[in-house]
Amino acid sequence: MVRLITHNLLACHVKGCTSNNFPLQFQDVSIEIREAEFNPDFLRGFIPKIEWKALVDTARQLGDTSLPLEPPEMLDDEFLKNLHHVLLEVHVEEGAMICPNCNHRYPISNGIPNMLLAEHEIA
Amino acid sequence: MIPTPDLSHLTPKDYETVYEPAEDTFLLLDALEADADDLKDLNPKICLEVGSGSGCVTAFLGQILGPAVLYLCTDINAHACRCTRATCTHNKVAIDSINSTYALALETRLNHSVDVILFNPPYVPTTQEEAVLAQDSRSIGGAWAGGAGGMEITNNFLYCVKDLMSPSARFYLVALRDNGIPDMRQRMLMEHGLRSDIVLQRRAGREHLFILRFVHDEQ
Repeated sequence: MVRLITHNLLACHVKGCTSNNFPLQFQDVSIEIREAEFNPDFLRGFIPKIEWKALVDTARQLGDTSLPLEPPEMLDDEFLKNLHHVLLEVHVEEGAMICPNCNHRYPISNGIPNMLLAEHEIA
Repeated sequence: MIPTPDLSHLTPKDYETVYEPAEDTFLLLDALEADADDLKDLNPKICLEVGSGSGCVTAFLGQILGPAVLYLCTDINAHACRCTRATCTHNKVAIDSINSTYALALETRLNHSVDVILFNPPYVPTTQEEAVLAQDSRSIGGAWAGGAGGMEITNNFLYCVKDLMSPSARFYLVALRDNGIPDMRQRMLMEHGLRSDIVLQRRAGREHLFILRFVHDEQ
């Protein structure tokens, strides 16, 4: 399952592709929404690990505009519920992710991203 | 007593290409269970299993640590990724399964961020050629063929694991006596600053299995 929490941790790793290689851009995706248990403590602890702009831009690209451009200082329940939904309930099942720098295409099938590279592409 | 994950959804056909949990897997589960209280006290945010195969180990860890953790699983074998996903769904553990070599696609963003790392590598000594072919073909041999000393695949990951580990991280590795464990532990300490303990060891048929646990030496 490519949830946006995981998308936020994946970068292109083709040999020599070391800048502007994150976030990968979704292309031709099909999405499923699956409810997950809300856990505010987990979300609060995870916020420092998130590349916020990448998350917001990606969510907006997928049609979800619920997150603010900067994480708010007060982490109220409404914000945390929106964050919970974006990070953990949006599943990209099919499609691809494209590197914004080298255009390498990483396909997604059955919710599993194929991040394998050919021998000559590995750093 | 934490129950072994239910694998009844996997079939003999799955096990033609994906490693079926065996003594080595169960020894790793026993080690995690023995460390369960310490692992919970660590309050981990991110756990990573490299080469997750059937998904049995992360499904088990998910029962120890509960849902407030991000579980990431990688495998070079796409069918193993599907089995991992099915096993964790079947056992009600939310995970993300990634078809990747080691953790290459995650290394940039997970720099010093992973709290628990699990690796049950292909550790059986074979020729180098056999290990390389097995990895390239994404076949069942990739789950056990380890090349010279059974260490060729393991060594590639040992070389970079430190950069993934958060300051309080624990890295669990399955190894064989034949892998040269004293030398490996010494090398990890001297070259990478990772101190290790033997959590468990057990003889299973011809194999003498070990579970090693690495932490940052300054811990």
